[in-house]
Amino acid sequence: MLRFANPARFMRLSAAILPWCAGAAAAAVAAGLFLALFVAPPDYQQGEAVRIMYVHVPAAWMASFVYVVMAVASAVALIWRHPLAEIATRAAAPLGAGFTLVCLVTGSLWGEPMWGTWWVWDARLTSVLVLFFLYLGYLALVNAFDEPTRGARAGSILVLVGVINLPIIKFSVDWWNTLHQPASVFRLGGPTIAASLLWPLLVMALGFTLLFASLLMLRMRTALIAAKVRAVRLVAGEDEAPFVSASSAKLGSVR
Amino acid sequence: MTDQMAHFLAMGGYAIYVWPAYGVATAVLGFLVVQSVLAYRRTQREFTALERRRR
Repeated sequence: MLRFANPARFMRLSAAILPWCAGAAAAAVAAGLFLALFVAPPDYQQGEAVRIMYVHVPAAWMASFVYVVMAVASAVALIWRHPLAEIATRAAAPLGAGFTLVCLVTGSLWGEPMWGTWWVWDARLTSVLVLFFLYLGYLALVNAFDEPTRGARAGSILVLVGVINLPIIKFSVDWWNTLHQPASVFRLGGPTIAASLLWPLLVMALGFTLLFASLLMLRMRTALIAAKVRAVRLVAGEDEAPFVSASSAKLGSVR
Repeated sequence: MTDQMAHFLAMGGYAIYVWPAYGVATAVLGFLVVQSVLAYRRTQREFTALERRRR
């Protein structure tokens, strides 16, 4: 696996995969929107308000999934000091924060008509809000250091400590009394949700996953090119910044 | 046609919840796409300019 994680190889591979991945993301999101708005039936209890589910639930899955990706990348960054892993963690954070924000806002817009409240401080909602603050906290922390390597290391540790929040989110609906309904798709014994509702949900989730993969690759490419720019400037002696990390200099030398 | 359209947009009386939900998702994800693409192009331009100056 790490053999493929060489920055030069990543640039070549991602250049080949990115257009296909982005095209597939656009197609899947378009198909998901069509299914969610026109094909899926209204719920017999919730009526048309159930259509909020097709954005809320995939966004919620992504909120946790992106964090898992960041946690794995952080572990690789801390153990093997692999520069691509640091870059991946950093590139994923704003995307995870975005999905979590979508999850929170759409959840609120769904909660008001169905539960009669925009927000409750119960276990599920509070743990997802904590996840949102973990993303923001990570971004604030890595940007607070003058030297990028030290910032990335501190950030990776924060991400790994925050992993404890993930099982809390997942099982909050079983462990505590909450307004939020329990899992109906990823549960032992299979989904309890009707197929007509499940399909649009899965297509939209696929679209969000491909969108995340595309943006992650694009942002990693940006970071690698930026590292090259810094390294070239450093060699030319025109860099004003006192610190350029060893890893970014190393990345810059790779073509 | 217009009736069908109005019926669809009304979302069974839940329009003020459903459409903002889709709107927020579009806005947030759209912002991430635009910001990522712009940052990529800016960095790419910076790099090519730097390369040209070195030669």
